[in-house]
Amino acid sequence: MRPMLIQGGRVIDPSRRTDGVADVYLAEGRIESVGMNIPVGPDVEVVDARGKVVGPGLIDIHVHLREPGQEDLETIATGAMAAAAGGFTGICAMPNTDPVTDNQAAVGFIVRQAIRAAKARVYPIGAITMGQKGHQLAEFGEMVGAGAVAVSDDGHPVISSHMMRTALEYAQVFGIPVADHCEDPTLSAGGSMHEGIVATRLGLKGIPSAAEEIMVARDILLAELTGGHVHLCHMSTRGSVEIIRRAKDRGIRVTAEACPHHFTLTHERVRDYDTNAKMNPPLREAEDVEAIRQALKDGTIDCIATDHAPHHYDAKERAFEEAPNGITGLETALGLGIRELVLPGLLTLPELLERMSTLPARLFHLPGGTLAVGAPADLVVFDPEAFWSVDPARSFSKSRNTPFGGESLPGVVALTLVDGRIAFRQPE
Amino acid sequence: MTPALGKDLIGLEHLTRAQITAILDTAEPFKEVSERPIKKVPALRGKTIVNLFFEASTRTRISFEFAEKRLSADTVNVAASGSSVSKGETLVDTARNLEAMRIDMVVIRHQSSGAAQFLADRIRSNVVNAGDGKHEHPTQGLLDLLTLRDRFGRIEGLRVAICGDVLHSRVARSNIWGLLHLGAEVGVCGPPSLLPRNIAELGVTVLPRIEDAIQWADALNVLRLQLERMEAGFIPSLREYNRVFGVTSDRLARAPRDLVVLHPGPMNRGVEIDSDVADGPYSVILPQVTNGVAVRMAVLYLLAGGSPDWTAPAPGNEDR
Repeated sequence: MRPMLIQGGRVIDPSRRTDGVADVYLAEGRIESVGMNIPVGPDVEVVDARGKVVGPGLIDIHVHLREPGQEDLETIATGAMAAAAGGFTGICAMPNTDPVTDNQAAVGFIVRQAIRAAKARVYPIGAITMGQKGHQLAEFGEMVGAGAVAVSDDGHPVISSHMMRTALEYAQVFGIPVADHCEDPTLSAGGSMHEGIVATRLGLKGIPSAAEEIMVARDILLAELTGGHVHLCHMSTRGSVEIIRRAKDRGIRVTAEACPHHFTLTHERVRDYDTNAKMNPPLREAEDVEAIRQALKDGTIDCIATDHAPHHYDAKERAFEEAPNGITGLETALGLGIRELVLPGLLTLPELLERMSTLPARLFHLPGGTLAVGAPADLVVFDPEAFWSVDPARSFSKSRNTPFGGESLPGVVALTLVDGRIAFRQPE
Repeated sequence: MTPALGKDLIGLEHLTRAQITAILDTAEPFKEVSERPIKKVPALRGKTIVNLFFEASTRTRISFEFAEKRLSADTVNVAASGSSVSKGETLVDTARNLEAMRIDMVVIRHQSSGAAQFLADRIRSNVVNAGDGKHEHPTQGLLDLLTLRDRFGRIEGLRVAICGDVLHSRVARSNIWGLLHLGAEVGVCGPPSLLPRNIAELGVTVLPRIEDAIQWADALNVLRLQLERMEAGFIPSLREYNRVFGVTSDRLARAPRDLVVLHPGPMNRGVEIDSDVADGPYSVILPQVTNGVAVRMAVLYLLAGGSPDWTAPAPGNEDR
């Protein structure tokens, strides 16, 4: 592999709070040096990054890759490719595959498939309970040994408070977070969108915000009880934000993520029963969207994660209540972050990169998220001012289920490097 | 002239006052057709209509079928059981296959909210919603409006209380929109567990007790209480529901004015409505059923391109 010199870009490294024009020199999969006017040695590939941002590769700690079991929707290779195209150099694969990732062999399979794909890095998340059924704790130690970075029953809430307590206690042995999908299923059962005026008009059973907030509160109480690290997935309500804010003030070990769609869209988007606006948790109200944005700004919500959830066209081409939950997100996340958070002045570009790279890496103890010398050469080069049009048919994901089709987004990814290799390069 | 309704009838929410009035006015002369010894006019001769019922229905399906036959349309009934639907065919494939046989209209009843709209967006034929999940049942709303207009001579300014399980009711939603569009005041009354939490935002008055509704209203539209609601924990028992929310003759006797009582059927006698009310002088339940045929004739006729003044020449086979 030839060394690479990325010249003249705006180099943003949130991990060291640096931001300025510089060159970045990469060799042998590592960041060799960052500085002004680095000389071009022999046999060095030169990348002209003038007018572009050079940052640590984005990291998404919440992705569904569907392999094994539903390779017609996504594979580890296509998901990792879509990630690279979206500027991500590392993604965490949720365990709700078929079979469930609840043992070391299943974790090892994901690791091997990801190495074979050689695109974005893929970090498996193991299940909390066997089969995600909520009854028997999975072997955290074996899974961590095989490469798991966290545990979660995402897709299913951990209903039993006793089980959640046990998971939070036991996970501390291995220093991994327990990521929870917060949903009280007795309140959400049968619901297909947010409980509000739009659901009333459309005649769809609603999922009240309280269904999420009850579990957020419970998980925080259990984190306090156990001292464990609870990570709350895809926060969607104003109430959740308020509960987390109080918990953080009291020093409880809670972290949280929010998805681009939850800081961009409201339940009004479900009008006309658009199944690409159906996800769980559902799109909420304008005041919730505003609360999520503020929480991302003030750090109550630590980071952005996509909950990338591929589904087949036929599965979404159904009556709303019968369609599955979820949208793709890897290729639109950076653009939505810039358009919704940076352009309105809520976050600076370095703050956005911090929430999409440095902080998620830190929360899940992943390499990357930094341009420090010696760190892995996982980088993204993008033009924050150029716009592109979202065309679902041209997605690198196998699935097309995005509500943002046809929209214009800022942030054209020019180059994504993983371990110094080119994982994605924008065609000229 | 421009079509009175557009391609489809999905719900009353997005209709205008003029459109609803056009349907009701068109229904008036159609009432008389059903009183003739030979109950048939040639308005839809040569048109093919499929009644696609994914959910059990007796009254609505038969009412549509009579309306179609009395307009001389050719009709086919498809029920979900015993058809390709039970073999796993999707809704849109079913409809496209029917359309490949060159049909003109689909009347659809489906258990999922939005199914009628979904279908209408994907086929060229006219689509009439005969009830989709908890969303709308527009022809029921229209026949209720026609029945109220028959009784009161007007809708504007009437106070109509919709009583019972509004949360799960497509009849309630179609009534709310239709009544609001025509200038009525709408109240809803029922256990809070069976009222949408934000229903007042639609512009209706929430009446906490059935006694309040009876004091307030000119007419009560009493919804069927599905027996499953008790098992799902929304109410403790049918007996208590009748004691607290039942429309009984004792309660009606304390009304400050003569009330009209509607019910979309099928009734649970002794639960939401007592037999002496259902069969009594206040009830317009059977006139509702009679009006159902006329309203559905009007809707089918207008969607097929007929003029609101139906005594004008019947529509030809013009291309759509």
